[in-house]
Amino acid sequence: MNLTLAVSASPARSTFRIDWSRPILVVVAAALCLLVVLPLGWLVYYSLHDRAGGFTLANFAQLATDPTFLDPLVTTAILAISSAAICCAVAAPMGWLVARTDMPLRKTVRALVMASFVTPPFLGAVAWELLAAPNSGLLNKIFRAATGAEPDDYLFNIYTLPGLIFVIACYTFPYVFVLVANALDRIPGDLEDASSILGGSAWTTAVRVTIPLAMPAVLAGALIAFLQAMTLFGSPAILALPAGFHTMTTKIWSLFQYPPKLELAAAASLPLLAVTVALLRAESFLLGRRGYSVVGGRQGDPRRVRLGPWRWVAFAATFVVLLNPVFLPYGALLNAVFSHVPSEFVSFDNLTLHNIKFVFFELSATGLAFKNTLILCTSTATIGTVMAVVIAYMTSRKAIAWHRALGFLATAPVAVPGIVLGVGLFLTYTRPPFVLYGTLWILLIAFVTIVLPFAYQQLQSAFRVVNPDIEEASRILGATRLGTLIHITAPLLRTSVIATWCFIFVGVIRELSAAIMLFTSETKVISVLIFDLNESGDLGAIAVIGIIMLVVTFAVVVLVNRIPGYGGERLRNA
Amino acid sequence: MGGVGVSRRTILKASGAAAVGVFASPIRAAAPEPASITPDLIEAAKKEGKVIYYTSMDLPLSERLAKAFEAKYPGIAVRVERTGAERVFQRVGQEYASNIHAVDVVNSSDASHFIVWKRDSLLASFVPEDVAKYYPVEQRDRDGMFAAFRASLSVIGYNTRLVKPEDAPKSFADLLDPKWAGKIVKAHPGYSGTIMTATYEMSRDIGWDYFEKLAKQRVMQVQSASDPPKKLALGERSVMADGNEYVLFQLKESGGAVEPVYPTEGTPLIVSPNGLFKAAPNPNAARLFQSFCFSPECQQLMIDGGMRSFHGQIKDKPGHRPLDDVKAMKEDAAAVEQHGDEIKAHYVKIFRV
Repeated sequence: MNLTLAVSASPARSTFRIDWSRPILVVVAAALCLLVVLPLGWLVYYSLHDRAGGFTLANFAQLATDPTFLDPLVTTAILAISSAAICCAVAAPMGWLVARTDMPLRKTVRALVMASFVTPPFLGAVAWELLAAPNSGLLNKIFRAATGAEPDDYLFNIYTLPGLIFVIACYTFPYVFVLVANALDRIPGDLEDASSILGGSAWTTAVRVTIPLAMPAVLAGALIAFLQAMTLFGSPAILALPAGFHTMTTKIWSLFQYPPKLELAAAASLPLLAVTVALLRAESFLLGRRGYSVVGGRQGDPRRVRLGPWRWVAFAATFVVLLNPVFLPYGALLNAVFSHVPSEFVSFDNLTLHNIKFVFFELSATGLAFKNTLILCTSTATIGTVMAVVIAYMTSRKAIAWHRALGFLATAPVAVPGIVLGVGLFLTYTRPPFVLYGTLWILLIAFVTIVLPFAYQQLQSAFRVVNPDIEEASRILGATRLGTLIHITAPLLRTSVIATWCFIFVGVIRELSAAIMLFTSETKVISVLIFDLNESGDLGAIAVIGIIMLVVTFAVVVLVNRIPGYGGERLRNA
Repeated sequence: MGGVGVSRRTILKASGAAAVGVFASPIRAAAPEPASITPDLIEAAKKEGKVIYYTSMDLPLSERLAKAFEAKYPGIAVRVERTGAERVFQRVGQEYASNIHAVDVVNSSDASHFIVWKRDSLLASFVPEDVAKYYPVEQRDRDGMFAAFRASLSVIGYNTRLVKPEDAPKSFADLLDPKWAGKIVKAHPGYSGTIMTATYEMSRDIGWDYFEKLAKQRVMQVQSASDPPKKLALGERSVMADGNEYVLFQLKESGGAVEPVYPTEGTPLIVSPNGLFKAAPNPNAARLFQSFCFSPECQQLMIDGGMRSFHGQIKDKPGHRPLDDVKAMKEDAAAVEQHGDEIKAHYVKIFRV
């Protein structure tokens, strides 16, 4: 290290060699400011001005007094708290079963949770319409056939607040599961062993050792689940509007309909932003305190709790849980693909290929939407990964002064919900000097901003395991920082880089809440197309496109698992 | 079915009047000469290779129209951009405000949009030969900016498996019976031009009072006017309070258990014009497409899809109640243009979404 410093400090060298790290820093920092600061700036500006451009607090006053804003606010609070509670109640025990017990088929369970994780929530919502609409829902039909109930009777009604909470929880619980399972994977079994050696019963060990150790992860999971439920757009738009109520996200979106009220939309976005920032601070506080739980890192496989005959009971319970986000919805979508009427079970009488034919040969928006989605997925994944590599390198190697600020900027977008970012970008890029509305660029900016924190965190943890000595050797031998990064560090990180790329790709396919604010007819993406089709009730076509989306997504995920030296182990950390 | 009944005030008169009000200048260009489809036009359109059609017509029928055009003029692809009329309007407005000229031909089930587009000088004047020859004067803009491409009714409907014909509602007032609570599906005027137009006509003729009572019936609120018929066919709801007659016809004719009802108070009539944009990116393909839309061939396609046509040579489909036998509510695009925003706001207040 000393030698490196001596070499780079030599005046003779520094006059002849250009170190690109400084210009790159400036560019990256400027790009991050542009991505985050500019749209949020316009958001605040709009929220504080009336249509004529004069300063006003009237927008916020209306927000605080008008029942058409207060009702969605209350609904959203109930929705987010209940979803988070359900997620924790279900996912934390599941995480424990998978990480710490001898329950059978643990890997399969992890894979299925992964499947619910990558399923677009709006697709899940449409599938649950098919399953649990009070009259036409497949589950209610089975119920009536089985019990001989009246045609008006139903078991489930998905068009209700509890229905919406349930569907959101179905696609949010993986966040809690992954955090809890990962934490339990890492907590050394020694502490539990010590407890039982000292005479603690299984119950005492659980209550006094395991649960306290896992608690920070559960709470962090609850916060993430809360934020997800609060900022989700697709599921409420699909399930809440028919039931006659709004959430904050659908309300914001409705303010964009004709006649648009952009000032109010901006003002209504800010509470979501404020809550997100506050909760993320709380989360980092909680996770910061978790330090003790990972002391010593991973020390061999933790001792697994023997469940005895309860093994299969536990597995059955897990399976029942996984019916909801995976098996039932996928089944309903597949049924709708081939059924003449989406809400009827496929039989020889009503089997049809019409939906497939319609999507591929008649629907003229299909080709363009798939093309746009593919372009955006690929370019977002590439740009996002490259930016994340550069930033993670600078922060993890402390390559420059201000590296902390850089890390902060790269993580900051996590606090901006998709729909808020959508509103901000819309306000920023529909006016001079940057009129990007109507181009794929505005969607690219939105998606890169959304995925950057995730990509950065992935790669930063990857950098930590690469020994800096090798890089220093390269630098001593005369390579520049950039050369070292390209020729030495990047190849060592190859698997992480590829995996990050793939996960961004998958994440962009399912993005709806920013896209819905920013698309135009020429820049429509698949998620928006599905949303459009839902509004006109073309469920058969949605099923076909949805199944294709899922197939592509799973193909990418399976590919990641096949990367040599990567596999399931890292996948858990995603 | 050339004459649509004298009682009905047509959008054309209404919008013409509004335009006169805006363009106070005494100089008015004479209506443009009708244009026939020439080999030159076809050639020029083929060079452009595509046409972008923004429409609020139900997607499968829109795509059928597109395929028919592509079959007749190979080499010119039609891209259908379908969403609710109010969204189409918002989209066009937003795109033009950002200087994006993506749309060639537009169709909206909220005829008042054409008043605005014409007033803002966004439309191009173009009169297809069929329009000049076979369309009643009251269904064409006097300056040739648009003409009534299609028409339909917003009807009540019911699922015949869930409701016996004798129990079915006969009027809007019948829908307020407590026995329909939780069984009604209804579309939204903030999305659908059909429902926007219908809501205006109904609030004028039977009053907002009706909507306030209807809102207490735990109505399932969907967006598109095409969706209530589909929800009926699914069996999700027994009755629809409004929705497209043509989609109901399509579903019925493909075996769906649905039946339209023409309410005794009158049925809202919805006329949907087609127009060309001045700044159309594919101006020749746009003209060719517009001409095709008004041809007997295309109008027959619309009729087969359950639509109503104003083309003098086209007859209603056998089995569909002739438009002249329907007690239709009077259309008034100018009034919709004037009160549109209030209607939406009032509706949202009553139905909460």
